[in-house]
Amino acid sequence: MWIYEKKLQYPVVVDTCNPTLAAMLLEQFGGADGELSAGIRYLTQRWTMPTNKAKGLLTDIGTEEMAHWEIVGTLAWKLVKDASVEQIKGTPFEAHYVNHGKSPFPHDAAGAPWTASYIQSKGDPIADLHEDMAAEQKARATYEWLISISDDPGVTDTLRFLRQREIVHFQRFGEALRIVQEELDSKKFY
Amino acid sequence: MNREQVCLLKEIMEISFVLDETALYLDTHPNDEKALRLHNSYAQRYSEMVSLYEAKYGPMKNHSMSQYPWAYINDPWPWEFDYSLC
Repeated sequence: MWIYEKKLQYPVVVDTCNPTLAAMLLEQFGGADGELSAGIRYLTQRWTMPTNKAKGLLTDIGTEEMAHWEIVGTLAWKLVKDASVEQIKGTPFEAHYVNHGKSPFPHDAAGAPWTASYIQSKGDPIADLHEDMAAEQKARATYEWLISISDDPGVTDTLRFLRQREIVHFQRFGEALRIVQEELDSKKFY
Repeated sequence: MNREQVCLLKEIMEISFVLDETALYLDTHPNDEKALRLHNSYAQRYSEMVSLYEAKYGPMKNHSMSQYPWAYINDPWPWEFDYSLC
């Protein structure tokens, strides 16, 4: 089970009112390589992991991804909460606004709703851990594109933190893959 | 929300992040005694700081004890804090 703690993993400071940037950040809220995909993917893969190290890692990284999802939602919220309708009209956030108001929603930057087809759980630990490593790299790349378009110093600071976490997770998944490979190899007798 | 609360919360968030990081590392390196000592010392600090925070500002978790009336629901919620205050 999970217990909520009333804190964010990182102190989110937003310096501007910027509906366009909010719309783009939703890529990581409900896009293919976003935080929701990451969390659901890792937590779903746990049941068929053969080693305790990998079970623990998927549990903890999956949980951290939900905290990142909360951070991205907070970034998007803080960028629009004080926006007037006039400030929203004509921006890419306008299409979001007519359906969801100022609430974040799990769709990507272009508005495509989140779907489970973004993730996979093969019941095969080698395939799953490779997918997880690729997912971390794709999320890192997305954060780099987002950093390149961000003109809000506070948002950029938080995006840098999230990008760094992708790199750490990639490293840990690489270790888990080696551990699982060794475990499977040790069970082979000729 | 006052500056003092934001400062204490940010200190807790910092310690909590250390624990996020040591926990992931220990998941794949459970026999690293030095890392485990680091984790344990921050885990102790974390629970001390959370007790201090909860005594002043109410529950961080719905499993914590609360004064009357139930203070878990009090604002600010994590997405409402002005973290630039501290």
